[in-house]
Amino acid sequence: MFALGLIGLLVRRNVIFTLMSIEIMLNAAGLAFVAAGARWGQADGQVMFLFVLAMAAAEVSVGLALVLRLYHHFRSLDTDAASRMRG
Amino acid sequence: MEIAFYIAGVVAIISTMMTITRLNAIHALLYLVVSLLAVAVVFYILGAPFVAALEVIIYAGAIMVLFVFAVMLLNTGESDIVRERLLLSSEVWLGPSILSSVLLAEVGWLLFREPPTGAFPAAIEPKEVGIALFGPYLIGVELASMLLLAGLVGANHLGRRDPGTEETEEAENADTRARQPAAGGDLVRAGADRVTSAP
Repeated sequence: MFALGLIGLLVRRNVIFTLMSIEIMLNAAGLAFVAAGARWGQADGQVMFLFVLAMAAAEVSVGLALVLRLYHHFRSLDTDAASRMRG
Repeated sequence: MEIAFYIAGVVAIISTMMTITRLNAIHALLYLVVSLLAVAVVFYILGAPFVAALEVIIYAGAIMVLFVFAVMLLNTGESDIVRERLLLSSEVWLGPSILSSVLLAEVGWLLFREPPTGAFPAAIEPKEVGIALFGPYLIGVELASMLLLAGLVGANHLGRRDPGTEETEEAENADTRARQPAAGGDLVRAGADRVTSAP
């Protein structure tokens, strides 16, 4: 699932899909944490998943604000349009 | 138990693949919601009911609503009515609803059956998670709170130029805007204005 998210990140050139792929990758990492925690019967995996969750929430709010800003600036959702970062 | 685990995993993988191959953002979002729900079922089977509930509430609830709002804001155009009619056609929601009905049947089967036999690990209760969270991981909790505060301030700053484009911190945004009058806050726009009026 992490590989699927990475493929999506590499293939797509849309900012929304990039953000979704990042979500998928974070989710896969959390799944690995929880699975490891369940395997050894520790609560640490779930604690780490909570941290991943908080980070994903912060990241997606900032990322979507950036996407809206980018769209208003370039009138497009192509990541290549923003590759030249001149003010 | 094991067959439920594998069914949920297969549903998660299929919906994730459909997510990254869709062309329309709304269709991809539907499949992404199904994928998150499938991962929540996997968490429940793995013995983490607290994390499964959080996954449904925060990921499939809050973050996906945020995505939907952003996509809807970006799609405002003249072809909205056509797209709106297109969204109600059956082939759009047929795949996600089939996958999620598989998940629903699985959850129902998990709820109304006899207690687990012990092939899978025992559930880790939310009490243990809370004790671990506020015991050795207290500094991590503080760091997460600071990260969330930084995300709040950053999203507020980025979405300040066009009011109403930020859904996460609506109340906070309104509060901040009430406290900061629009007298000279936006330096970028002020400079642009001067350039256009200079000649």
